[in-house]
Amino acid sequence: MSFLEISGVRKSFGPTTVVHDFDLSAEKGEFISFLGPSGCGKTTMLRMIAGFETPSQGTIRIDGEDVTHVQPNARRIGMVFQAYALFPNLTIADNVAFGLKVAGRPKAEIATRVEEMLALIKLPHLASRYPYQLSGGQQQRVALARAIAVKPRVLLLDEPLSALDAKIRVSLREEIRSLQRELGITTIFVTHDQEEALSMSDRIVVMSEGRIDQIGNPFEIYNKPRTRFVAGFVGTLSVLEAVATGGTGVRIGEEAIVLSGAPAVQPGTSLSLALRPEAVSLHPSPERINRLAGRIVDVAFLGSVVRMRIATAGGTVLVDSFNDPATPPPQRDTAVTLHFTAAGIYPLEGAGDAPVAAAAA
Amino acid sequence: MNRSRIAPTVIVTLAALYFLVPLVATLEFSMRMVRGTYSLKAYQVVFADPRFQATFSFSVIAALCTIVIGALLVVPTAYWIRLKFPRLRGLVEFITLLPLVVPPIVLVFGYLRIYNSSSWLPFTATIAGTNVLLVFGYAVLSLPYMYRAVDTGMGAIDIRTLTEAAESLGASRRTILMRVILPNVRAAILSGAFLTFAIVIGEFVLASLLNRPAFGPYLQLVGANRAYEPAALAMIAFAITWACMGFLQLFGSGVPGRRLGSTILRFGKRGR
Ligand SMILES: Nc1ncnc2c1ncn2[C@@H]1O[C@H](COP(=O)(O)OP(=O)(O)OP(=O)(O)O)[C@@H](O)[C@H]1O
Ligand SMILES: [Mg+2]
Repeated sequence: MSFLEISGVRKSFGPTTVVHDFDLSAEKGEFISFLGPSGCGKTTMLRMIAGFETPSQGTIRIDGEDVTHVQPNARRIGMVFQAYALFPNLTIADNVAFGLKVAGRPKAEIATRVEEMLALIKLPHLASRYPYQLSGGQQQRVALARAIAVKPRVLLLDEPLSALDAKIRVSLREEIRSLQRELGITTIFVTHDQEEALSMSDRIVVMSEGRIDQIGNPFEIYNKPRTRFVAGFVGTLSVLEAVATGGTGVRIGEEAIVLSGAPAVQPGTSLSLALRPEAVSLHPSPERINRLAGRIVDVAFLGSVVRMRIATAGGTVLVDSFNDPATPPPQRDTAVTLHFTAAGIYPLEGAGDAPVAAAAA
Repeated sequence: MNRSRIAPTVIVTLAALYFLVPLVATLEFSMRMVRGTYSLKAYQVVFADPRFQATFSFSVIAALCTIVIGALLVVPTAYWIRLKFPRLRGLVEFITLLPLVVPPIVLVFGYLRIYNSSSWLPFTATIAGTNVLLVFGYAVLSLPYMYRAVDTGMGAIDIRTLTEAAESLGASRRTILMRVILPNVRAAILSGAFLTFAIVIGEFVLASLLNRPAFGPYLQLVGANRAYEPAALAMIAFAITWACMGFLQLFGSGVPGRRLGSTILRFGKRGR
């Protein structure tokens, strides 16, 4: 039995259903991200785990206990909000101590624990300051310390980094992750930033329109997206239109392409294939058995990477190649041949209208 | 002087005169009790009058009770409305404005009809009961100011997220109200309290018709029978009101998260 079990949860506000058939089991100590575009129901699902919303249907269990209808203040969960939500009238130390005081812990124990927490977030010198005297990043670290001071069973974070600037965001996400590992606390992290989800999570739950599209570890989510939506939302990707020719073969324009597995469609029907920019090369090699002719539409020099947009018979393809100081980037309008492996290109199931990067680019 | 600034200057001067002339005249008059010289005799007489002391302390106590009742009534209501029934905010705001529309005389006649000594809730049968009724009436009169101040104060902090943060840390609703909400709207409650104080100190209709020995009816009584003392009393009442306004300015600008002490400290530092 897993530590956190969400089974068949649905949530409707009036006539609109915001979360459909949500099933998830998390192991103790696991770090899981909910990833999806704005309005897909991530926060709503998180708030149901916290107890701020009640599911219209389904159950939520923590450590074997059914908490579906338990009040939020009896659930022993920790919550970190996007807007920090520190108590403005309390000092940093008192903020961290709040949960312990409410629980009626002895004074000495509270003092030790607060000190320990402030040391953990590396802000012991700010104990007697007020929240308004801290930077956003510092406030969010205090909010984290406040949430974990009471040793919650589950830690819930709702886009905790999105109000911070880019640099702090990266350093704080590493900090959160290492703290979480150290304490072994089961964590749900809501974000719409794929890089955050990929870099931090044990597993990612990709959501769209209130449904789970895919659950998997970052490697799977990125390399084996199950639906067109996931493929488009996670990472950059090009979509090519092709026609199945039987077995593992497909045709893009006039060119025959081999996939690593047979697509689940009848020969002769059209299908969409996904191709990551880094899977394609302009240079042949023994493994890159597939070729596709194209013409460079655009070249962007991004420093370490050169990104090209190349028009092919199946659609526009993005190609990344590493910067080579010895060779200048190719010119626009050059005819090129794309080389990629059978495993580098894969069919997409479902018709999810994803914001496909190649189309938008 | 620039031509375009003449008209505004004239208007401001006229407005200032409109307010200041009666004030200065009253002050001047209040100091002429002793013939031929200026003196504070009228003030001495007023302060020495036992009825002044009695009615003034009666009204101060009534004002303090009103503030406590008003805060107990308004803070949880405003909190609950903002948290659970945000759609009702307009309606509640309208209701709290009614005391500005319904004249106090109507209110007090309503009270006398409903709570008279032969009714099922005979508030006016005893002095204590009448005092309670008076304070309740004051609470109603001060509702527009108290509610507005507190509701605005709550708008300045994120009530909902703070509540949820406290809740996830295990706090009960009562704990949240006492330890999170109340301290953060203290400045707002205080500014509501000063307005309430100013209203109650000068209130006449309710106190008079309920026949309670408050400061308002005393003012009226003295005004009808004496010459110099009413002027002195007017100046005293005016000073109290202005002191309330001053405190309101001082605390009303308090930023949540900065304690009252530190608000004063900041003012002190700025002054230096
Ligand atoms: N209390 C509510 N009443 C009605 N509809 C709601 C309520 N809360 C959320 N919704 C709706 O549910 C949908 C999902 O909202 P939710 O906040 O869970 O999205 P999200 O994935 O967290 O988005 P974001 O990334 O913008 O935070 C939205 O369409 C929203 O309008
Ligand atoms: Mg959200």
